[in-house]
Amino acid sequence: MESLMAYVVGILFAAAIYMMLRRSIVKLVIGLILLSNAANLLIFVVSGMTRGAPPLLPEGTNAPLGAIADPLPQALILTAIVIAFGVLAFAVVLIRRAYEVVGTDDLDQMKDTDT
Amino acid sequence: MNLELALPILIPLTAGAVSIALWRSVRYQRIIAVLATALLLAASVWLLRSTIDQGFLVMEMGSWPAPFSIVFVSDLLSAIMIVLTGIIGLAIAIYSLASTPKGHEKFGYYPLMHLLLAGVAGSFLTGDIFNLFVWFEVMLLASFALLTLGGERAQMEGAIKYVTLNLFSSAIFLSAVGLLYGTIGTLNMADIAQKVATIEDPGMVTVISMMFMVSFGIKAAAFPLFFWLPASYHTPQVAVSALFAGLLTKVGVYALYRVFTLIFTQDVDYTHTILLWAAALTMLTGVLGAAAQFEFRRILSFHIVSQIGYMLLGLALFTPLAIIGGVFYIMHHILVKTNLFLISGITYRLLGSYDLKDLGGVYKERPLLALLFLIPALSLAGIPPLSGFFAKFVVIRAGLEAEAYVVTGIALLVGLLTLYSMIKIWAEVFWKKTPEHVTDLRRLRGEVKDKHNWAYFVPVIGLAACTVFIGLNGQPIYELAEMAAHQLLNPQLYIEAVLEPQQ
Repeated sequence: MESLMAYVVGILFAAAIYMMLRRSIVKLVIGLILLSNAANLLIFVVSGMTRGAPPLLPEGTNAPLGAIADPLPQALILTAIVIAFGVLAFAVVLIRRAYEVVGTDDLDQMKDTDT
Repeated sequence: MNLELALPILIPLTAGAVSIALWRSVRYQRIIAVLATALLLAASVWLLRSTIDQGFLVMEMGSWPAPFSIVFVSDLLSAIMIVLTGIIGLAIAIYSLASTPKGHEKFGYYPLMHLLLAGVAGSFLTGDIFNLFVWFEVMLLASFALLTLGGERAQMEGAIKYVTLNLFSSAIFLSAVGLLYGTIGTLNMADIAQKVATIEDPGMVTVISMMFMVSFGIKAAAFPLFFWLPASYHTPQVAVSALFAGLLTKVGVYALYRVFTLIFTQDVDYTHTILLWAAALTMLTGVLGAAAQFEFRRILSFHIVSQIGYMLLGLALFTPLAIIGGVFYIMHHILVKTNLFLISGITYRLLGSYDLKDLGGVYKERPLLALLFLIPALSLAGIPPLSGFFAKFVVIRAGLEAEAYVVTGIALLVGLLTLYSMIKIWAEVFWKKTPEHVTDLRRLRGEVKDKHNWAYFVPVIGLAACTVFIGLNGQPIYELAEMAAHQLLNPQLYIEAVLEPQQ
């Protein structure tokens, strides 16, 4: 299972970078979305996937009885998802404004600041 | 409970929240901006004093013991950076009173500025690697909004590049944190540093360290990852440019200093050699880029890149003297670079352009302003007795002692080319006659006075005074940098302070 997910992470990263390298800014943002998902999935896979063992202690004990899923990566991913949501919302607004101001969605036409 | 450790984060956060509550009253927002940044400066000096007294300050969130809770740690490097944040924050807040257009003020300029300062302060103080990511994002979101405030075409184009590359860097950072957690099983930096030596597969740690290097390298604008900086830093209004120039890339440099002295020291030959050549090429490409430019703020933007090289050089050489030089350089650079951007804003105000071709004759009408430019400009180039001389001297001395002659040679050459760029600005903006196609000279001659004219000059004079002060008091500042370097090179001190608190 974990090796399968590792391939999925790799494919997601590859797709994200491919999309980011394209000329249209809409595809650029899609690339960014994929990229943040790839990073989140990576955290999830790296820290080990445990099936059907929620990190809850039975009443009256103060240590887990068997192997449990590590709750920390899930907390990290949750935080990262919230942050990515905010940032990507900004990015979507930004490309819309940029399209209005510049009049194109082609990154190759946006060279004013490079020379 | 160390109150002074929480204040540098709490003050800007509170000020930002209060400013949002007072959304309609720009007047109160302006008062709060100056008051809050002044308070931040006072709190940061308090923090520095107690850090000098006690060595390390540690605060555990929610009173959970150290490896399990998020900790805030202040060592001398953090405290120094926080003081610089306070100084720059206050300077920018005062300058903004005069320079910020009305429309920007109405759309949340001041709350965003506070949020940015909170993000920067949080990044400097946190002792938890995931928390560092969160503070980075706080800082980035504020900077995105500040960069696009105004919505002009150049800003939009610059912002797309800035946003994309910074988000990419964040994604790499996040992946690296995930991999690090998967290998070591902790997020507390001190705990990671302690356990990293026990990892069976050191190759994996090196891979992760390279991911951190790439991610922070993008944030710090190191070669070959700096392209977003000269494409975006000259586009927003000048106070924002100055704030970014002073603080944002330095957060990346600080993060590199933190992880490559505390955590990733297991394979110094490999990682720090890469850093060394990145530093040399950063210096060289930055300064050559600046030499080719003919726009005030673009020249300064490229110089940020080239100066980052010196700071990285200090880290890469990894000798006590080199780290001292690097820390000294950071202190000097933040003050000087912000000041130069602020001065470019004043000449823009006087003549209405950032293009060197449309500027001129400032020395004749405003000799004092010309002097105020000369102080940071010569300091940047490293002329004694200003702060830049001692900073460069220590770094280059360290390079010679480490027998890294090629890199040291590049550093000296870059110093010369920096002087060339500064002379170019001096000759074009201040020395030559005002070009004939510039007709509106009323501001330059002082016939039209702006309402808050003093607010342009107070921060510039203050920062210039800081530069001269560092230059004339090299010894105490050097000793401060020496203490900071001592802590950085003995990570054991940091680990003990965080994981074994005195009861």
